Parts: sequence; C-alpha cells; structure tokens
Amino acid sequence: MNDTSRAGGAASLDVSIASKDYHSASGRPLRALEDLRLTLPAGQAGAVVGPSGCGKTTLLRLIAGLDKDYVGAITLPEHGRLGMVFQEPRLLPWRSVIDNIRIAAPHAREDDIAALLDEFGLAEHASHFPRELSLGLARRVALARALAVKPDLLLLDEPLVSLDAALAKDLREMIARLIDERRITTLIVTHDLNEAIALGDRLFLLSARPARVAATIDVPTPRKQLLEEAAARIEAQARAVYQGKSSYHGKSSPR
Amino acid sequence: MIRLVSLAALLLLWQIGASLSDPHRLPGPAAVFEKIYEEAVSGALFFNLAVTLARVVAAFALAMSFGAAIGYLMGRNRLADRLLDPWVVTLLNLPALVVIVLAYVWAGLTEVAAIGAVALNKLPNAIVVVREGARALDPHLEDMAQVFRFSRVARVKHLVLPQLAPYLAAATRSGLSLVWKIVLVVELLGRSNGVGFEINMAFQLFDMKLLLAYALPFVALMLGVETFLVQPLERHVSRWRRGVSRRLDRV
Repeated sequence: MNDTSRAGGAASLDVSIASKDYHSASGRPLRALEDLRLTLPAGQAGAVVGPSGCGKTTLLRLIAGLDKDYVGAITLPEHGRLGMVFQEPRLLPWRSVIDNIRIAAPHAREDDIAALLDEFGLAEHASHFPRELSLGLARRVALARALAVKPDLLLLDEPLVSLDAALAKDLREMIARLIDERRITTLIVTHDLNEAIALGDRLFLLSARPARVAATIDVPTPRKQLLEEAAARIEAQARAVYQGKSSYHGKSSPR
Repeated sequence: MIRLVSLAALLLLWQIGASLSDPHRLPGPAAVFEKIYEEAVSGALFFNLAVTLARVVAAFALAMSFGAAIGYLMGRNRLADRLLDPWVVTLLNLPALVVIVLAYVWAGLTEVAAIGAVALNKLPNAIVVVREGARALDPHLEDMAQVFRFSRVARVKHLVLPQLAPYLAAATRSGLSLVWKIVLVVELLGRSNGVGFEINMAFQLFDMKLLLAYALPFVALMLGVETFLVQPLERHVSRWRRGVSRRLDRV
C-alpha cells in the first residue's frame, strides 16, 4: 500500500518508505528498501549516496512515480511537476535536440527553450539528432529538457557517471550553478561521495541492502566557504557510517 | 544507369527468345507494346488497372489497419497474445486459395468477399511483424514519457509510431507484394473486371499478347509504387538513423 501526495504548503519532499520488495527470478522476495525516511526542505539539493546496488535508483523510481509497488508514503513538492535526468539520457533518437525539449515541455515558450539551449551550450546543436551527440552533450540536453518543464522537483540519477574527468567537472559545475541560482528542490543520486558533497546541501547516506538512511548530514553553507577541512570531516563521518566498507577515494573539494 | 542497362539486357533476351520461338507462345516486345498501346487507347487498360489498384489499396489498408492494431495489442498484452496466437498461426498456414474460395462460397461473388479474402490473407503477416515491433518498444523511453507526463496522443506520435515505423515499413513492403499477387487470383476466380480477369480471358483465348499487355503495365505500376512511394517513405521515417558516424567531439 502506498501513497504519493503533493505538499500543500512549503515545497518540500518527504519520503517515508516502510518497505519495497522485489521478487527474484526464483520467486524469492528480496527487500530493496526498509524503513527509509528522508526529508528535503524546499529549494535545497539533497544527495543520496550509497554503495552500488544498494537501491538508490529504486528509491528515485519510487519518488518519480515509475514504481508504485511499495509500502509507505511519498509527499512531493506542491504541484508535483517533475524533471528528471536518467543515467542514460533517454532522448528520442528520431527527434532533434530542440524537438526533444519541445516535446517534453509542450507549454514552454520558444524564448525559454532558446535560453536553455544557450545556457547549456547547445544552441549550435539544436537541429542535431541525439546519435550525433557525445554523451556529455546528450546529458546536457537531458538536463535542459528536465528544466524546460519548470520542475518543482528535479531528480538526477548519477548525472556524471561514465563521463571522463574533464567532462564530469564541466557538467558538475553546470549543475552546481543551476542549483545555486534556481533553488529548485533537487535530489541527486550518486555513488560518489565527492560528487554528493559538491552538489548537495544535505547528504543522505544509505546503508547496504535493504537500504535505509543511515545518516543525514547537512553540508555547511554558504558552499563557497566550505573548505577542504570541512569536506574531509564529512568524508570521515561518512566512512565511519560505512565502517570502512565504502570504496571512496580522493579528496573532496568545495563547489 | 546500371538499372537501365539491366532492363535493356532483359528486353534483348526477350527479343532473342521470341525470334527463336512460336510468336503465339512468346510474342516479341514490339508486338506486346503495340497491344499495350491498343488497350490503352481503348481505355480498357487504364480501367482494369484502376479497378485492380483500388482492390489492392482497399485490401491492403484493411489488413494493415487491423493487423497493426491486433499486432500491437498482442505485443503489449500477454493474455491477448496467448488468446489470439492460435488464430494467427492458423491463418498463417491457411492456403490463400482456400480463403478465397471460402469467401466466395460464404459471401457470394461480391466485391466485399474479394477484398475481404485478400485482406484476410495479408492480415496474419501484418500482425506478426507489428507484434514483434510492439514487443521491442523501449521501456526506458516509456519511463521518460511517464515522468514528463506525455499525453496519450504524444506517446503514440512521438514514442510508439517512430519505434514501430521500421516494422510497419517491412509489413508494407512484404504486404504490397503479397496483396497484389492475391488480388489477381481473386479477380481470376470471381470478378468480371480487373487485370486478373483480363489475364484469365487471355489465357482462355490463348492470347499471349493480351496476357503480357496486362501483366507488364501492372508490374510496372507496382514497381512505381515501390520506388516512388514506399522507398521514399521508408527513407523519410528512418532518416534519423543516418549520420551516426558524424558524432561530435566534446565541445
């Protein structure tokens, strides 16, 4: 039994999932999520972090309404308009870049779409088909498409995965800028703690399967004042949560 | 250019064959073209071609409409697939002649029986091809459409039809070639006009010039439909597949 509703007042995201089960090929039930609770205030960016396969994408699918087979309740921000960037860009391969955005956001003004294309450096690719784009460009199109619907909640599923370091840095800065400027309630799912620290105002550290929120950490703001020491402290705290089970490496850096 | 040379070689072979055999059995190209001209001037050729083409279009449209709808349903709904699959297999294996004869016996020698019999012969082929297309619809794109709240019309227009397009094109190509062949049999067995009827008359009279005078323009007409209608349409719907090699580097 589940309940997905929309908040009447402040646009926040509230997730309270008692359980989410899957059935294996042999019919054996597998519990993916259990007693998972998280709250994200309006206009903030939350980052869900956890080891691969712990159920992060499952959680995102439940919030997006793509899977309604769970026990619990999810309250979406007011109006509940969603923008989502999937791991794979999921563009319509038979439509051009600009048409992909127009089709997903049929009520968007042409001026707004043109502005988005400019903002994401896509203006010169507007008439290209997705197959003509690199993965980095396709991700930008997916991001522009998600913003074109003027979402109340933006969901990003591993937005930087499979990109080389330079491309990932570019896109991370782009996402960080739009979160700072637009203050859209945003939930990012990532396996990379550095990415989570760089993008999230609040981190939700998931346990191994069945996943629950093992720790919620608010990242100090304003973000520009977050020094490496603070990042290191958060990283140490996260490592303590996972008791050395995580495989995070490298230093985190302020956004 | 190569096509023209190939066509010229065929005409030459035909001429050589005709000059070596009885002209009543195999008339030469000149005699046949003269007959075509006579039939065209009298109006009979265009009338019979138009009648046959109308039957082809009607039967094809019926078969493709119902075939696409049923095939899509079977591809998306397991229960419908299990229920209807035995019917489809039966129809696939039923000889065209049996369907035609049964249609004429049960519905009389009527236009409805003729077109219905042709459509019924094509129907299972369209169902099977479109069913495969429906099974192959990308669930990731459906998720995307759901998140962005595509309307029902937008889903059909932007998601379903483009993915089914290659399957519909394949069903169209194989369907047209099947339909026009069966239409001639239907006309031969139970209609009083059309290219099939005229070919039957020519066969009864052993008039090979008349037979070829109807067969050749009809083949040319079907080739024209394939070359100037089906192929350009297929190229248009699959134009997004081209230019894959033009991947852009990082900007």
